[in-house]
Amino acid sequence: MMFQVRIHGRGGQGVVSAAEMLSLAAFDEGRYAQAFPSFGSERMGAPVMAFCRFDDKEIRTREPVLEPDALIIQDPTLLHQVNLFSGLRPGGYILINSTRSFDELGIGDFVRNFDHRHLCTVPATELALKHVGRPLPNAALLGGFAAISGQLQLEAVAKAIQEKFPGKVGAANVAAARAAYELTFAAVNGVAHA
Amino acid sequence: MLKQMEGSLAVAQTVALCRPEVICAYPITPQTHIVEGLGEMVKDGQLKNCEFINVESEFAALSVAIGASAAGARSYTATASQGILFMAEAVYNAAGLGLPIVMTIGNRAIGAPINIWNDHSDSMALRDAGWIQLFAETNQEAADLHIQAFRLAEELSCPVMVCVDGFILTHAYDRVDIPDQAEVDAYLPPFEPVQVMDCSEPVSIGAMVGPEAFFEVRYLQHHKQQRALELIPQLAAEFEKRFGRDSGGLIRSYRCDDAETIVVALGSLVGTVKDAVDEARAGGHRIGVVSICSFRPFPLKEMRAALGRAKRVVVLEKCMAVGIGGIVSDGVRKSLSGIQLKGYTVIAGLGGRAITRQSLLALFGRALRDELDELNFLDLDWDIVNRELARGRQQRRAGPTAENILRDLGQVAARIA
Repeated sequence: MMFQVRIHGRGGQGVVSAAEMLSLAAFDEGRYAQAFPSFGSERMGAPVMAFCRFDDKEIRTREPVLEPDALIIQDPTLLHQVNLFSGLRPGGYILINSTRSFDELGIGDFVRNFDHRHLCTVPATELALKHVGRPLPNAALLGGFAAISGQLQLEAVAKAIQEKFPGKVGAANVAAARAAYELTFAAVNGVAHA
Repeated sequence: MLKQMEGSLAVAQTVALCRPEVICAYPITPQTHIVEGLGEMVKDGQLKNCEFINVESEFAALSVAIGASAAGARSYTATASQGILFMAEAVYNAAGLGLPIVMTIGNRAIGAPINIWNDHSDSMALRDAGWIQLFAETNQEAADLHIQAFRLAEELSCPVMVCVDGFILTHAYDRVDIPDQAEVDAYLPPFEPVQVMDCSEPVSIGAMVGPEAFFEVRYLQHHKQQRALELIPQLAAEFEKRFGRDSGGLIRSYRCDDAETIVVALGSLVGTVKDAVDEARAGGHRIGVVSICSFRPFPLKEMRAALGRAKRVVVLEKCMAVGIGGIVSDGVRKSLSGIQLKGYTVIAGLGGRAITRQSLLALFGRALRDELDELNFLDLDWDIVNRELARGRQQRRAGPTAENILRDLGQVAARIA
């Protein structure tokens, strides 16, 4: 089955790189994957989208991801500016970079009927600051995505991050991704994690 | 080797395997990553015996490639959009002189209004300049076509453009099989020019030719393209034999055997069309798609054979001849001379407008019911058009069109598609 991810953020937050890394991870797991940026105005700070879809067979379509199975929201300030949830499939996943809950973000009602195990906020910017030293939440969110969706193994994500960003930068981002994975896994499975 | 990589990098690595001796580079979106990738390979020694020349404009990029090719070097450049327009004079010269340059086009719209996104206006603007034009459906084909393009160019002594959809392919991460150097070497022998500037055997290239011979020189260009119609399928067959992949060729048919409706398309759009065709087939519509790889030369005979038994043909084009409509449609109609069937032109995807499966399915439905006009505009927002037309009727100094419309639209970054 095809699985489609749409990533929202702002120019400069690594939205496009995140989609590319997702595709590297899916490829590493032997799947067909396609990642591409949205064709909007990409400027620092402007709303930006990127897409990734993976499947067990060749992917032919080139349309933007209009009906995502999962949304990764790198910047919660977009929540009330962009129609982020457009086309999200029933039972879809939402992962938001935030220290706050869905209720605190003002979208508690919107997600009332969602499977709560498919919803998570994770402080990806804080994790990036701690591990990478820069407020770039993309890699951490990919760790969170692996945990929430179960679509990709954390190790494949880690390998993808290191392929995209070799050396120290990659290692630091992998650390952020692992931390986000733990937090997200614990949150959606209701387990206290050391 | 199978890799997950950006389309531009796949093209760059494959071009490098073709052992170019001169690469002329001038950056323009969305082609830039290709020459950047090649530049890095020259700098770090991966690509040897190659001179990477940064030039001051696109006009210079192709002019330097012309000089290099005339001196016997395998020459490559890449451009897009306004870039190919700026080099237009040199585009004609490269073909008129019969120099086997290979150039990638990262297909992009042409301004004004300025727009960096994908359509086919740029390649189409220079379609009759004497170059062979090959359109890639996927990044795998984009890579593979370059290997075939050098071979084709050098066998005919004719320049070849490989047209790759900007962003949709150039910036997409996909699965691409990059061949081994030995495999490419076995397919593509070293460049053996038919004409060369050589100090030991001096010749001139580029004579002034009057009415006594200009016509014949021009005819011979046409003759070359007719030969390409035979050579392109041969090279694709040989490629498939060696590399195990069906890439290139003149045209390809998908689910056309019993099709009453046949869609004609080119470039990356074909993948989305195939998915929509499968879905329409599941609903009982006997529909198929013919994709064009070789747009110049235009395969009239093959097109006639592929389309001739259909009831209707829908040509989907990412370009528009303002004042008449379709460009690809012209060739398709010529190929069907004397055959009675319904022909529809659909202009789609200009300036990066997304072409969705849902819109295609609705379009196919209207085609099946023969509700289409001769010329159609897929997902054109008529409200926007009519509002601007009304503005023009209300006051003479209505202001610049693009700015008026952008003001009407407001925050566009908030739109998903």
